[in-house]
Amino acid sequence: MGADLVSRRNVLKTLSIGVAAGSVLRVIPLEAAEYAHRIIAVEKSGANGAYTPKFFRAEQYKTLQSLCEAIFPADVECGGAVEAGASEFIDLLTSENTQYQLSLGGGLMWLDAECVDRFGKAYLECDPQQQKEMLDRIAYRKNAVADTSLSQGVEFFAFLRDLTADGFFTSKIGIEYLGYIGNTYLTEFPGCPAVPGV
Amino acid sequence: MAQIAPARKVYDVCVIGSGAGGGTAAKVLTEGGLSVVMLEAGPALNPYKDFKEHVWPYELAHRGADVGGRARHELNSEFMAPNGFWEIEGEPYTTAPDTQFRWFRSRIEGGRTNHWGRIALRFGPADFRARSIDGRGDDWPIAYEELAPYYDKVEAYIGVFGTKENVPNAPDGVFLPPPKPRCTETIVKKACDRLGIICIPSRMAILTQPLNGRAACHYCAQCGRGCVTAANFSSSQVMLPRARSTGRFTLIPNAMAREIVLDKSGKVEAVSYIDKTTRGENRVYARAFVVAASACESSRLLLNSRSNSFPDGLANGSGVIGRYLTDSVGSSLAGYFPQLEKVPAHNHDGVGGMHLYMPWWRFGQKNDFLRGYHIEFGGGRHMPGVGGFDGVCAQYEGYGPSLKQQCRKSYGNVIGFAGRGEMIPNEKSYCEIDPNVVDEWGIPVLRFHWEWGENELKMSKHMQETFREIIETGGGTVLGSRTQASEDHSTEGRALTDSAKAKASGISEGGTIIHELGTVRMGNDPKTSALNRNCQAHSVKNLFVADAAPFVTNADKNPTLTIMALSWRTSEYLLEQAKKGDI
Repeated sequence: MGADLVSRRNVLKTLSIGVAAGSVLRVIPLEAAEYAHRIIAVEKSGANGAYTPKFFRAEQYKTLQSLCEAIFPADVECGGAVEAGASEFIDLLTSENTQYQLSLGGGLMWLDAECVDRFGKAYLECDPQQQKEMLDRIAYRKNAVADTSLSQGVEFFAFLRDLTADGFFTSKIGIEYLGYIGNTYLTEFPGCPAVPGV
Repeated sequence: MAQIAPARKVYDVCVIGSGAGGGTAAKVLTEGGLSVVMLEAGPALNPYKDFKEHVWPYELAHRGADVGGRARHELNSEFMAPNGFWEIEGEPYTTAPDTQFRWFRSRIEGGRTNHWGRIALRFGPADFRARSIDGRGDDWPIAYEELAPYYDKVEAYIGVFGTKENVPNAPDGVFLPPPKPRCTETIVKKACDRLGIICIPSRMAILTQPLNGRAACHYCAQCGRGCVTAANFSSSQVMLPRARSTGRFTLIPNAMAREIVLDKSGKVEAVSYIDKTTRGENRVYARAFVVAASACESSRLLLNSRSNSFPDGLANGSGVIGRYLTDSVGSSLAGYFPQLEKVPAHNHDGVGGMHLYMPWWRFGQKNDFLRGYHIEFGGGRHMPGVGGFDGVCAQYEGYGPSLKQQCRKSYGNVIGFAGRGEMIPNEKSYCEIDPNVVDEWGIPVLRFHWEWGENELKMSKHMQETFREIIETGGGTVLGSRTQASEDHSTEGRALTDSAKAKASGISEGGTIIHELGTVRMGNDPKTSALNRNCQAHSVKNLFVADAAPFVTNADKNPTLTIMALSWRTSEYLLEQAKKGDI
């Protein structure tokens, strides 16, 4: 990441200097540098260190992490949702939004209560098979049609899935997993590579 | 008792608003030798601090979703250049009962040009002669040929890419070479070719070659974030710096114009404005005034400028100010194109917007509605963002490795289509001063009235059918309307209400295409228009309007390029008058 930034800054500078002569723009390289430095500062502030949840209680946050990881797990190719920062992202947004607090905070309470009803213990204490059974119930809308007592759980999980996707696919890990190539400087746009049928 | 008045600074021209129209006026007038003072209701812009070009989502704690996720599915992601808002705290607007209208306003140097789509289409000859051709609406007091030289000047100065195509009523311009099509665009063009729909390189105010000291585009697709190298056009980076370089330009930021004040001779002498930083009221004096605050904001200022000579608002003897409000007809539909699954990972970014588009291809043919629309489209392997996977998650549900793989497989295979069509002005769509509400600066606010006409609903329906045809001919499957066209089952078998009819047609909510215009229209007859053929008030010789308020029609072409061409023409006229000593 450090190397990326250096090159990004250099490119920015080069481009700026390139247009400075006779430009209608007042290009001030100092400001350009400051711009890049701000980005670095933002990145550093998010680096390492144990995360202290802003909204969820410690136990709830563990459950949240467990659900995020179940939605987008680590595999041989790349890390999962927790490593991608999805749970931190969700906690941050939730700490700022009372609707999210109701639907996610309340949703986690619902999940634990449902697990206690079915298995006699909260979600995190359930064994993997029980957790899977629970998730299989709330991960599909059709289950709520068959059993309306699941509908709040299905609603909760669908929203959590969307936010986990946000967190995962906007991370460095997720973007690389998707194979997005871009956000760079090209002198010419190459167009579409030759592919049969396209 | 005699009073000694302090020597008052009088500028040659005061321009109200710093966007496309105001910026163009400032450039042309200062280059012509006049001193210009500009009022902007928002702060000054600093691209190096304010733009988030090339920032990755993971470099921001909210990943672009903004505080509390408020930017999910909104136009204003955290990455966007400072641009504007659907709602501004302390500055409300109201809508009449049973009316839906949304008004997007900017409060920043450069106005909405900081984020606009850069789509730069000329109005065509027929667009200026609407009434002569089909009997609806009105003709402009000027012909295309009179504006054409100013389109040339604007394009040559700001830089617009495109190609000479000779499409009827979609005039070619002064073009830079276009970028190559993306994979998504290649697929759509093939489908259009089979359907007889014209699909050609788009026309966008983005440099594909260096121009006037600005660097060429570096193809990061992030025009909406603001471009630090100004390879795309904005008033703040292209018009205002040129005005500044003359030494004759003064910008007063955070200045909310409240009222335009007449002198004893019936000419305008000053603008009263609120300094938002001190909440104090100031006046700025000039010999001529160019109002370019955006169509509805300009109407508001004129309507709020009442005097004995103009009890219904400045230059409003005709009563037309606020009337003839239109927006573009908008409708959209998306399709999934499975052949894109086979395309290897590659850089798909391109410019910030479409490389190809479809101008109105049925001009002069028999249609079941009047006027026409163009089609914009986009999609493919863009930088992932928040909200971008809601669709695939809703479709496949579940969790775990299979969902993760499905997201990757589906990524970048969706193409969205959006129509932009012409609305014919109607009696029921207008804005006026709300008699009961003021904003936090004490300025009475606008109240909107809105209704789409039958012609617009038919047009929107046609858009939906066309998008479906293109998607299916191109080998894709329709993903269900974004405008919820098909979701209103409750109305079946009953008389449709107006809003239900609008929903069924898939038409956009009024104002949401952000092409609202026409509210201080120009014309030859002072009884039916507020401005003459030079965008000069019929009744106040040193008052001009230079945004989209003077437009007589809202053709199926995005208005910004025409705002600039018209403002350039108005400004040259003002310069001439000033030289003659008439102003």
